[in-house]
Amino acid sequence: MADSSHPIELTVNGEPAEGVVLGRQLLVHFIRDTLGLRGTHIGCDSGNCGACTVIVDGRAIKSCMQLAVQADGSDLRTVESLSAPGEELDELQGAFTKHHALQCGYCTPGMLMSATALLDDADALTLDEIRRGLKGNICRCTGYVNIVHAVEDVAERRGKRSA
Amino acid sequence: MSIPTPTPTRTDERITTWTPPAPNAPSVGQSIPRKEDRRLLQGQGLFTDDLWMHRMGHVHFVRSPHAHARIVDVDVSRAEAQPGVYATLTGEEARGLTDRYPQIAPEPGGSMKDWCLAVGKARFAGEPVAAVLAETRELARDAAALVEVEYEVLPVTLDGVATTRPDAPLVHEEVGSNVGWKGVYEFGDVDWALEHADHVVRIPHLHFHRFSSTPLECNAAVVNWEQGTDTIHILSNNQMPQFAAMYLAPALGVRTDQLQFRSQDIGGAFGLKLTSYTNITAVALLSRKANRPAKWTEYRSEHLVGSCHGNERTFEGIEVPVMADGQILGFSATAYDDVGAFMRYEPLGGVIFSQVLPGCYRFQHLRVDYRTVITNKTPVGPNRGYSRLQHLWMVERIVDVVASQLGLDPVAVRKRNYISADQFPYETPNGCLYDSGDYHGALDRVLELVDYDGWRARQAALRASGSGRRIGIGIGSTLDSGTSNFGQARLINRELQYSGNGEAAICKLDLGGEISVALGTVPQGQGHETTTAQVVGDTLGVSPDEVRVLAGADSARNAYVAFSGTYASQFAVTGIGAALGAARALREEILMVAASVLEAEPEELTLVGATVSVEGDEDRAMTFAQIANLVYANNGAMPPELADAVTLNRRFVYRPPFGVPDWRTKSGHLTLTYASQFHACVVEIEEETGQTTVLDYAIVDECGTPINPQIVEGQVHGAAAHGVAAALQETLEYDEDGQLLNGTFWDYHVVSAPDTPLFKTDNLPRPSPFTPTGSKGMGEGGGGPLHAVCSAIQDAVGPGVVVTDSHNPTERVWELVNEPSVGAREGAEVISR
Repeated sequence: MADSSHPIELTVNGEPAEGVVLGRQLLVHFIRDTLGLRGTHIGCDSGNCGACTVIVDGRAIKSCMQLAVQADGSDLRTVESLSAPGEELDELQGAFTKHHALQCGYCTPGMLMSATALLDDADALTLDEIRRGLKGNICRCTGYVNIVHAVEDVAERRGKRSA
Repeated sequence: MSIPTPTPTRTDERITTWTPPAPNAPSVGQSIPRKEDRRLLQGQGLFTDDLWMHRMGHVHFVRSPHAHARIVDVDVSRAEAQPGVYATLTGEEARGLTDRYPQIAPEPGGSMKDWCLAVGKARFAGEPVAAVLAETRELARDAAALVEVEYEVLPVTLDGVATTRPDAPLVHEEVGSNVGWKGVYEFGDVDWALEHADHVVRIPHLHFHRFSSTPLECNAAVVNWEQGTDTIHILSNNQMPQFAAMYLAPALGVRTDQLQFRSQDIGGAFGLKLTSYTNITAVALLSRKANRPAKWTEYRSEHLVGSCHGNERTFEGIEVPVMADGQILGFSATAYDDVGAFMRYEPLGGVIFSQVLPGCYRFQHLRVDYRTVITNKTPVGPNRGYSRLQHLWMVERIVDVVASQLGLDPVAVRKRNYISADQFPYETPNGCLYDSGDYHGALDRVLELVDYDGWRARQAALRASGSGRRIGIGIGSTLDSGTSNFGQARLINRELQYSGNGEAAICKLDLGGEISVALGTVPQGQGHETTTAQVVGDTLGVSPDEVRVLAGADSARNAYVAFSGTYASQFAVTGIGAALGAARALREEILMVAASVLEAEPEELTLVGATVSVEGDEDRAMTFAQIANLVYANNGAMPPELADAVTLNRRFVYRPPFGVPDWRTKSGHLTLTYASQFHACVVEIEEETGQTTVLDYAIVDECGTPINPQIVEGQVHGAAAHGVAAALQETLEYDEDGQLLNGTFWDYHVVSAPDTPLFKTDNLPRPSPFTPTGSKGMGEGGGGPLHAVCSAIQDAVGPGVVVTDSHNPTERVWELVNEPSVGAREGAEVISR
C-alpha cells in the first residue's frame, strides 16, 4: 500500500517551516531527517526514554509518540532553540556543565527540554518534585544525581526552589 | 514512629566545576569544565545515526522468532521485488562470502561456527537470519517483513546448570556439549583448610542474574565500501574498533588497513558495544553488494533481544572454612557462566574474574571450578564490571552469610579479613599485585558518611515498634581492576599470541603553533577530551582550553594499537600514559628548537602561555607559533642537524610493565591497578508487600590520584545507578520457550530519577605506584550496589534465610520475609568442630 503524504506548516524554533510528510512518519524522524535538527535523539522507540523530548505548544512531549502530521500548525521547540553554536549556553545548559550533569550526552537534549518545561511551568519545586518531574527521561550515565542538582540550581536562581 | 527520611548531600557541599586555573597553575586535580559539553548541550554532537550520505540505504535485519530452530528455507524474492529495495543478504550467502569469525576459546568451544547471519539454524530468539537494504528505514522494515523463513523448531536449553547435562539439546553440534570452556583455579590448600577450620559454612546455591546496562544509544554503523579505492569506511559506535578489525578483516577476507574505522560521539556503551562487528559485517556486505553507503541503527527492541547481555552466573557447592575468631581462610565453589548462544568475547570471563579472586580479603585457600556454558539465549558482552562483579558479588555474599550464620558483626568480619593498608603492594595467592588501597579506612569513612550508628539505632527502634517495616543496613566492598594484561588470555587458551597492553597517542604542534592530541581511545562519556587536555596542557605550559583533543576512533590518524578502545577501566593509565608520553616528547623537541635559536641550554628554559623563554631573562623568548613556523615553513634557516631531529609530531605508545602470565599455574600479574569502592546502603522493607526502598546510600571510592575529581565522581554515580537498578529493578527474563519476556523499555525497568538514590560520595586517594600519574582506571565500579543491596536485605531478613539471588524485586523480598521456604532458596549450613 502506498504511503499517503501530507503537507504541514509549523513554527520551528521561532522560524516558519513547512514540509510534506508521510502519513506514518513520526515527528522525531521529521525533526531529524527532514529538518536536519539532529540534537533530538531516539533511544527506545516506545515513549519510555525521553531522548526525543521536544516542546510543542509549551508542553514537553516525546516526539517518537506523535506523527509528524500531528505537528501541523504547532509551535515546536527543540534543543537547538536553547542556544546556537558560538552563543553563550543558556542558564540550564550552563548549570548542566557546572554540575557535570551529562556524560555521553545522548539523553541530554531531551533532558534539557523536559527540565526547561518543568522549570517554566512550576512556581516552586521541591527536590522530590524535580526528581519526579524528570521521570520520563532516562539517563544511563550519570545516575541522575548531578542532573537533579543542576535543575535544582536553576530553580534556586529563579526563586522557584521550595523546601 | 515516623518513617526516617534520608538526608541527601546538600548542593553546597558538592563538587561543581571550578573556573579554569590561572595561567601556569596546574589543572590536573581540578574539576575544570568538560570540553565535550558545549557541543552535546547544544545538540551539535555527532552520533552515528546523525550521519547522512548521498545514495545511502538503510538496513533492517530479519530475526528468528524461535530460540532454537533449523532453518529449512529462506525466500527473499518478495522482499527483493519491492520498489526501493537495493539488496538482500541471507545466512547461506554470508557463509559463501565470508569466513567464520576466529574464536578466542580453544577446542572444544573454539570449533563453534559463528557468522554474521544464522547459518543452518537459529540459536536464540532475535538472532539475525537475513538482512535487507532499502531506500528508507521504513521500506527496509516493510521488505524485511516479506522475507519468508521456514523453520523447524528444536528443543531449547535455557538453564545455566542443566545445559551441561548430557541430555540437554546441543546448541552447537560441533562443540559436542554445551560447555564451551572449563578450568579449575586452585591456590593454597582448600581441602586442608576445610578440614582444619573451626567452622565450615556451606552455601549450596547462589545465582547472579542476567541484565544489561542498556546504553541509551543503540548500536549503529554507516558503512561505505568504496569499491574504487577498495576502502571500507565504517562510522560506528563500536567501542574497540581494532579488536573488531581483527574479527572483521579475516571474516571479510580483506587487509586490516582497508578498514577505516571512525567514531565521534557515542551514547554510552558499558562494554555492550564491543561485539557489534557481527552486524557491521552484514552491513558491509550489503554496501558492497548494492555499491552504496549502508546505514544500520538498531531499534531498542532489537538491542534488547539481539545485541548482548551481561553474564549470568550460577555458583554451586560453596564451602567456606572459617576460624572461631572470624578469620575466613578462603572458599571453594563451582561456577557456571551462562554466555548464551555464541562465545564471541568469551571465554575471557573465565579468566578475568580471577583478577580479583580473593576480593578485598587476605584469603589464602581458594578454588573455583569454572565452566563457560552455552544456552539458547542472547549472547553476552562484557557489561560494566564484567566477570569481576559476578565473582565479587559471590565473595561479598560469602562474607555476609558467614557473619549472619555465625552471629558475627559484618563490619568486624570484614575488618578481620581485609588486606591492610601496610600490605600494599599486596600479592594475591594467584600472583596478582594489588597496587594500593586503604580498605579499613575507606570502610570507616563510608560508615561515617551513611551514619551507620544512627541507622542501627533507628533499625532497633523500628523493630521494637512493631510497625510492619524493617530496616536493613548493608555493606559492599568491591574492586575495579583495570589495565588488563592481555596475556591472561593465555590462561584460557595457551595458543593465543596476546600479552601486555597499551595505548597510542599523537601530540603535535600544528602549523600555527597550536597543540593537538589524537587519541586511540573511543570515549562514550568519560570525558577523555578534558582530562587529556589537563595532562597535556600542564606538560606544555598552556591552559587545557588551548589543547585540541581528537578523541574517538579514526584509523587514518594512526593513533592506535591492537588494544585501543575504551573498555576495562584503563583510560587513566593507558590513554593518559600515551598522551603524557607524546606531550613530553613534543616538549623536548620544543625545548631543543628554542635552545638552539635562543642560544641557551634546554634546562634554562621555561614554558608558559605557549611561549618558551630563558628563565630570568624573559626577553629571550620564542612563541610556539614561531617554533612551528621555523620547523614547518622555514627549515632552510635551521641548522641541518636540528631540522633532521625534530618533527613537532610525536607518536607515543604507553606500555605497562607486564610479562606473560603462567598458563600452567593460572597465575601472574593480570592487572595493573585496583581501584576500590566501599558502599553502605540502608533499605526499608514493608513486610506486607515486600516493597523495598533505599533510604540512604553512601560510597567511598579510591582510584589513585584523580585527574578531574568531578568526572571521577560522575563515574561513581553512574556505576552505582547501574548496580542499584540491577539489584532491584532490571532483569532479563526468559519464558520456557526461550522468549525474552522484557524486550522493550516498557517491561525492562530502567531506573529513572526518582528511583535512584542521591548517593553521598567521598574519595580517598592512594596513588598507584605503578602508573604514569598515580591514577587508576575506575569507570566500572565493581558492582558495589549489588553487593550492598543484597547485604542490606540480608541484614533485614536475619539469619534464618539466605539471600541467594543478586536480583531482589518486591515479590522476591516478600517471599524472603514471609515465606522463606518457597522456591529454590536453600539456606546455608554450618558445620562446627
